[in-house]
Amino acid sequence: MTVAPKREAYDVVVIGAGPAGLAAAATSAEAGLSTLLLDENIGPGGQVFRAISSTPVTDRNQLGADYWVGADLVQSLRASRAEIIHRATVWSLDRNLEIAVSIGGASAFLKAQRVILATGALERPFPIPGWTLPGVMTAGAAQTMLKSSALVPDGRTVIAGQGPLLWLLAAQILRLGGRIDRILDTTERGNYFAALPHAFAFLTSPYFTKGLSMMREVKAKVQVVSGVTELSASGDGQLANVSYVAGGKRETIPADLLLLHQGVVPNVNLAMAAGIEHRWDDLQLCWSPVLDASGNSSVAGIAIAGDGAGIGGANAAVVRGRIAARAAVEALAPAVATKLAPMATLRADLAKAERGRVFLDTLFRPAPQFRIPTGDTIVCRCEEVTAKDVLDAVAIGATGPNQLKAYRRTGMGPCQGRLCGLTVTELMAQARGKTAQEIGYYRLRAPVKPITLAELAAVPKSEADVKAVVRG
Amino acid sequence: MSQNVDAIVVGGGIHGCSTALHLCLAGMKPVLIEKDYAGRHASGVNAGGVRQLARHVPEIPLSIRSMGIWEKITDLLDDDCSFESYGQVLVAENEEELAVCRARVAELNALGFTHEELIDATELRRLVPAVAETCPGGVVSRRDGAANPAQTTTAFRRKAEQLGATVREGVAAGNIRQSGGLWHVDVGTETFAAPVLVNAAGAWAGNIAAALGEPVPVETVAPMLMITSRVPHFIDPVVILRGRKLSFKQFSNGTVLIGGGHLATPYQDRNETVLDWKSLAISARTVFELFPVMRSATIVRAWAGIEAKMKDDIPVFGPSSRHKGLYHQFGFSLHGFQLGPGAGAVMAELIVNGGTQTRVGDLGIDRFHPSTL
Repeated sequence: MTVAPKREAYDVVVIGAGPAGLAAAATSAEAGLSTLLLDENIGPGGQVFRAISSTPVTDRNQLGADYWVGADLVQSLRASRAEIIHRATVWSLDRNLEIAVSIGGASAFLKAQRVILATGALERPFPIPGWTLPGVMTAGAAQTMLKSSALVPDGRTVIAGQGPLLWLLAAQILRLGGRIDRILDTTERGNYFAALPHAFAFLTSPYFTKGLSMMREVKAKVQVVSGVTELSASGDGQLANVSYVAGGKRETIPADLLLLHQGVVPNVNLAMAAGIEHRWDDLQLCWSPVLDASGNSSVAGIAIAGDGAGIGGANAAVVRGRIAARAAVEALAPAVATKLAPMATLRADLAKAERGRVFLDTLFRPAPQFRIPTGDTIVCRCEEVTAKDVLDAVAIGATGPNQLKAYRRTGMGPCQGRLCGLTVTELMAQARGKTAQEIGYYRLRAPVKPITLAELAAVPKSEADVKAVVRG
Repeated sequence: MSQNVDAIVVGGGIHGCSTALHLCLAGMKPVLIEKDYAGRHASGVNAGGVRQLARHVPEIPLSIRSMGIWEKITDLLDDDCSFESYGQVLVAENEEELAVCRARVAELNALGFTHEELIDATELRRLVPAVAETCPGGVVSRRDGAANPAQTTTAFRRKAEQLGATVREGVAAGNIRQSGGLWHVDVGTETFAAPVLVNAAGAWAGNIAAALGEPVPVETVAPMLMITSRVPHFIDPVVILRGRKLSFKQFSNGTVLIGGGHLATPYQDRNETVLDWKSLAISARTVFELFPVMRSATIVRAWAGIEAKMKDDIPVFGPSSRHKGLYHQFGFSLHGFQLGPGAGAVMAELIVNGGTQTRVGDLGIDRFHPSTL
């Protein structure tokens, strides 16, 4: 079923129906603003609440209580008057708040008075030798299959990396009867000491007890190797072995599936393509948008909520969604805003939801050797560019990611840098002795997701459009 | 304290870089000043067409001069610039357009130019098998081709620096002034002084010319381009249309570049452009009609580069009409990339020798200003 937007212009367009987008759209619509929620997936929930209204997993313990919180968010959104369109891919957003969206193979153009971006997070690239082999996938992709289809691995499975999602996925796989042969924990030993000063906040956060019991549950059933300092995948056209070094000792184990994960980073492509200013976050090691306390970006009228605003987790995302929506209501319908939860309350909620985050960020800060590859390890999958290729280009004059395109076409393939951008920035920064902020990032361009030529050709033309072109 | 050099070139596009390089070849020590980085704007992000085809008559001699350099570009730059020469073809979509083509080729022949050649439907189909059956012919310029614009501009910059040019990137040229027979330009905390100043600042050049008392009718434009995912090889030459705005090029990696001059909105002060997707949709429709093989290709990226367009669509090239030692090289009006190598060579001749064998007299700024020198 394909539904085109009912109007050409909305008070508020929310992009992304994860926790932040669901909360933002509900708040905005409840306040009486014409609200459209556009989401790429087949149902609401984003990544964390994926398939929340359709999952075949019915035993609530298997996916955990946190997952089912999403059901309430969906319910309050559906009770509001927000218009919701799924399978809707926003492929362009500009500083005039004009939106191009592809729905069921047809594109439409929309105008908004306010846009709330809730495009969430992406998994950080994990560029180890062999990471592009079939049989190596991200933990997030595995979790998608698990949530939407209850599919779990049954071959020899190795999970490698670090971070809360890694343990959550492992627990979910085991609860659903899946197989995990070994977990290779790449958390740097030094991180435990670095994180210690932030431990108190973490101990009093809701993450603590949940995280601890989940790790205990997994460790009871799977061999966990900690302190992994080197990692590679190998095989002839297909993953056959995983090799690692821990405690100075190398071991190679046969595997059919390797799931990699070293945390998530903001999904910045649409925001950057809209011209929103971003800064390098030295703790989270990623680009984050420059935002005010209400989530407003450097482009007037565009706010960002959820993990796209900087990784904060699902609870913080919900609050940030409400804050951004409240700010939109304040701007467009000030009289109604007084009936919403006061901003001070929301900001206090946010502080609570973010408690313990610095501890997690510090503890799970990925080690340099897993972020900055060397030699023949692939950096850019689309154009098959290796770390050595990038360094060679730097040696003959490439100064940043955009200049590098002239030498190596990195970031110019269909993924638009999603799989290589952070790696290229850090690799070039290291090679040139500069900070990541100084090196910068790819200039991103619409369409942020590819559309077919036929679809663009089929965009309806009006008299006004034809006239508008003549001036060119 | 000013650092004395032989020439100051403002603007690190292909023109400024080429002029800096050719000044080095002539034994001079220039400084090249670029406010962003070489090739940041139109020079690095244009369609890469290396085209003599369908040019305005006053710039044809410069274009022919440039073509000779393109054909030996590796010798000059130690970089092939991904230059390839499969010709450029202008497609007439109907008999009326073909008649215009016929008249054009006759006009050029009468002027002594032979690079454009009228072709019939059979030859058109041989050169461009995928073109729609209904097209009756067109014009070909067989030595034309395409290159990678960012790679080319970067290569010119790199070679100029190797040959002794001082390059300053990331800082704008400021406080341009003439005193004691020298031009002085501030670059951050540095000041350079030289008897020669070349204004090759692209979209920013009009402001420089105006500030020096030579305002010209120029506007800032941002022609849009889009590129597709890889599709099976089906076309070698660059194709442009006679009647509609379209240029079309398939690269060796299979990706297809679609351009033709539909414009984005430039925000020059922010180095930004806002694309006009409804105009790009028109380009998409044109490709859809002419090249059915392209219909299922996906569009991966679209962009626009900021550049200067003159009211009369031909560049401003040559000495100032007001100031000794000032030279202009801007306003290439959406077709400056191919001219870059030759324009740098000719500009160096004008500066070093005071004259050139290449006919460029119709391009001078004095067409807007009666000479006062």
